[in-house]
Amino acid sequence: MAFKGAIVVDTEKCKGCGVCVVNCPTQTIALAKKVNSKGYPYAYMENPDKCTGCGNCAIVCPDTVITVYKIKI
Amino acid sequence: MAEKLLKKGNEAIALAAIRYGADGYFGYPITPQSEVMETLMEEMPWETTGMVVLQAESETSSINMLYGGACCGKKVMTSSSSPGISLMCEGISYMAGAELPCLLVNVIRGGPGLGTIQPAQGDYFQAVKGGGHGDYRIIVLAPASVQEMYDFVGLGFELAFKYRIPTMILSDGAIGQMMEKVELRDSVRRLTDQEIAEKYGHWATVGKPANRKGNIISSLSLAASEMEAINLRLQEKYRTIEKNEIRYEKTMCEDAEYLLVAFGSSSRICEGTVEIAREKGIRLGLLRPITLFPYPTPVIQEMLPQLKGIMSVELNSGQMVEDVRLAVNGAVPVEFYGRMGGSIFSPEEVLKAFAEKFNL
Amino acid sequence: MDINEIIKPENLVYPKSKVLTDTVMHYCPGCSHGVVHKLLAEVIEEMDIQDRTIGISPVGCAVFAYNYLDIDWQQAAHGRAPALATATKRLYPDKYVFAYQGDGDLASIGTAEIIHACNRGENIVVIFINNAIYGMTGGQMAPTTLIGMKTSTTPYGRKAELNGYPLKITELVAQLEGTCYVTRQAVENPANVRKTKKAIRKAFENSAQKKGTSFIEIVAACNSNWKMPPVEANKWMEDNMFPFYPLGDIKDR
Repeated sequence: MAFKGAIVVDTEKCKGCGVCVVNCPTQTIALAKKVNSKGYPYAYMENPDKCTGCGNCAIVCPDTVITVYKIKI
Repeated sequence: MAEKLLKKGNEAIALAAIRYGADGYFGYPITPQSEVMETLMEEMPWETTGMVVLQAESETSSINMLYGGACCGKKVMTSSSSPGISLMCEGISYMAGAELPCLLVNVIRGGPGLGTIQPAQGDYFQAVKGGGHGDYRIIVLAPASVQEMYDFVGLGFELAFKYRIPTMILSDGAIGQMMEKVELRDSVRRLTDQEIAEKYGHWATVGKPANRKGNIISSLSLAASEMEAINLRLQEKYRTIEKNEIRYEKTMCEDAEYLLVAFGSSSRICEGTVEIAREKGIRLGLLRPITLFPYPTPVIQEMLPQLKGIMSVELNSGQMVEDVRLAVNGAVPVEFYGRMGGSIFSPEEVLKAFAEKFNL
Repeated sequence: MDINEIIKPENLVYPKSKVLTDTVMHYCPGCSHGVVHKLLAEVIEEMDIQDRTIGISPVGCAVFAYNYLDIDWQQAAHGRAPALATATKRLYPDKYVFAYQGDGDLASIGTAEIIHACNRGENIVVIFINNAIYGMTGGQMAPTTLIGMKTSTTPYGRKAELNGYPLKITELVAQLEGTCYVTRQAVENPANVRKTKKAIRKAFENSAQKKGTSFIEIVAACNSNWKMPPVEANKWMEDNMFPFYPLGDIKDR
């Protein structure tokens, strides 16, 4: 069985620490070139097709700005 | 007929704590007040009223146990003597800042430093002017008998909760150690957790029900404007206390030309001085402040027209006399007599000093 | 597949805990405190004990923990959280009480309080964040600072002959009869976060069963005061902190 996932990042609250980026097993996430109103480059799905919805990014996120969605395919 | 017992002042504190429905006592041994915790441990109130009694690892820990217990809306208290109170001062400041009720008992010994275990009144400034940091006051009650040691536990808790402020019984080794008859008052039942939640749940940390935000008890506020607002609120509270809670006792004051001002054990000695003076035809009276904060300033001021002079009599180098002088504001001469380091004066000695200072 | 097909309420697998408030945490980007706060919130929510939990925040970076978890909080004086927790738990034996402390707070100024609370076996949970530095005051040496580690008060590195040795207080409290569960965890990767969450849950359950004091050290990174980017700080922690502060249970009974 395979899973397909997606994340939603609260970009205004993201501080761009990058901990989610290194902990994403499928290299889905990257830090944006753009910054939020506080000047932080926020996390986003650079490769949305790769997301499996494993939730690792959300688990390690210190600011709880990532919510994770997942479906069976 | 109420039960009467022959008890030490320190023992009276312990018995009163149980009977006035205290929820917790946290303390650390120090002479001359160790009988407070010893009596509590002997009485085992956790088996009867459910009161918690715990010997802490230090006075620092005791006061912070009070902080935690007071956060919970519980009636908590500690007792110590001078050096121990010094250690507690940080915590007292926190509790004043966080507006928490508690009862503190200081059975003063002679200082400074490790000093002596003999009685003294050298901690007046510390108690009344705030021994810890920041602009705060606590209510200070000065008992002069074993009965008052007992009664002020009830009064102290009442005032502490009425104003959400730490309240101190400022006693000394003499009152703590002496034995007198004490009448036990009717017992007050401890509040249940449910009653505490209903009464104090709007501020106390009793566990957050679904219908309110979490209560936060803190003395921290980094923004200057917020901290100033908190200070202004505290000061307003202190002014209200000054207006409503002054307590004192007058002896032979109606026709007095001269006045002794003394608190606690000093005032008991001064009662003897007044008696001897009256026998000699000197119209001497005694004012005994019972509350040291709020200080009976207006009481002194009302008496000024009839007075030729005032002498403050203390077991220290002259601390309360500063408050007397502030009240008098130069209207009549204010003198001071005191002994220090655990030495005590006699009524005759006080009269001799008084006569010399006023050329009588 | 369109992302919007996936992002639907019925597909939500990792929501934010309801015990967490919406307040943006004041912590630096990548700070371990945020993860630990989140885990506490999740455990409190999963055990359904929000109405019975009282937290004690320390002096240090976590002083403001009370802004982030919607429970009743007491803010303690520096190092004294175990004293507050002791009284609170004794006066409310059926509530859940936890003290949240940093290394300066717990292992330096509050050494007496933590040792004696653990020794009395108070039925409380202690969360001990060890990032080997004073964060809030700007990066001074902590009792747990490693030998050779540079801080603002050990600018040439901590030297044992000048500053003494890093204190393994967790091993110390494990020796005490009063502790029932003593463990050292970390939160820099998903596996460790999951283990830490299990440890926190176990600690709260111990508290309910009145088994004694549960003590959880979390080895943490302070990237700002270590002067490293967050990801690099986590790597430095694994390479340098973990050998001296090895992860795992020290005591469980």
